[in-house]
Amino acid sequence: MSHRGKFLLGGAVILGALGYLVYAGVSQSVVYFVTPSELQAQPVPGKAYRLGGLVAPGSLKWEARSLDLSFVLSDGKTSVPVRHKGTPPDLFAEGRGAVVEGTWSGEGYFKASLIMAKHSEEYKAPHGNEAQAGYKELLNTLKGPGTR
Amino acid sequence: MTRWLGWLAALGLLAGLAMGFGYAPKDAVQGNVQRIMYLHVPSILTAYVAFALVLAGSLGFLFTRRLAWDRLAHAAGEIGVVFTALTLVSGSIWGKPTWGTWWTWDARLTSTAILFVVYVGYLLLRSMAEERDRGARYAAVVGIMGAVNIPIVHFSVLWWRTLHQPPTILSPERAPMAPAMLRALLVNVVALLLVFLYLLSKRLTVRRLEDELRA
Repeated sequence: MSHRGKFLLGGAVILGALGYLVYAGVSQSVVYFVTPSELQAQPVPGKAYRLGGLVAPGSLKWEARSLDLSFVLSDGKTSVPVRHKGTPPDLFAEGRGAVVEGTWSGEGYFKASLIMAKHSEEYKAPHGNEAQAGYKELLNTLKGPGTR
Repeated sequence: MTRWLGWLAALGLLAGLAMGFGYAPKDAVQGNVQRIMYLHVPSILTAYVAFALVLAGSLGFLFTRRLAWDRLAHAAGEIGVVFTALTLVSGSIWGKPTWGTWWTWDARLTSTAILFVVYVGYLLLRSMAEERDRGARYAAVVGIMGAVNIPIVHFSVLWWRTLHQPPTILSPERAPMAPAMLRALLVNVVALLLVFLYLLSKRLTVRRLEDELRA
């Protein structure tokens, strides 16, 4: 194969990969999730959505035995009841942001197959007392939950 | 000079480890997992610097046609790819325990993946070029176009809805971060930049010798 041919082939591969990533990325990523208001405006049963919002305080119920999880996602104006079977991530909690993947059931709730927790860009020490943090804290954590 | 950079970088990494694990407190919400930040954030900042140098080297080469500029672009591109990979891997490891997923196609993650692929493509293009000068010219074009993606990656979390949280330190309005964490982060940023400079200076020497042999 000539140099030119190799270049064209390489260029085509790169452009193809880029084009695919941009196409797949932009079509999915730009509206990464819909808000509860957007979903409720015209919900299509059976269609795959990502739904993002705040886990409404007081709405979270989790049955550890059956792994039945239910909560309400809200954007302040509208809220959507969500049901899921499984264990939520550690950071998932009431009053925090979450993004769920799944479908609109058509029966008044969103059936989630994946729960993702959003976290904020704020970072702070657990007690507001930084002096004693660091090593000591880390070692304590490594010893297990009992000594925390 | 290179040797001194190496020692400085090693010292910086040690200080960074001590700061990240010993000095900085764990995060109130995320716990110890948040310490991945001290690798994740400096990695992508270093990659930004590396790809900015690819842009500078590419422009320099196209204007002056001096191979030294091209060597700068090439070496910086190689190291930038390594640091982008480090960002993706550390981010994935951070994402699983916090978000609950290793990967999701939100704008930040997608644009970072594209950044990685573009510069892997850049290196691929370079490795296929058999004529030194023409290869350098083609690569320079990709090196310039690729830089468009840097601000897209950085601002993706502000422009679009994402799972990834907005920036904390390089953000328009300063988000709160415990001062001890910020100091630990800055030490690690300096450390990884030193590692970058060390690798860059090593690589530039090798590339110069290669060009001299060829000449």
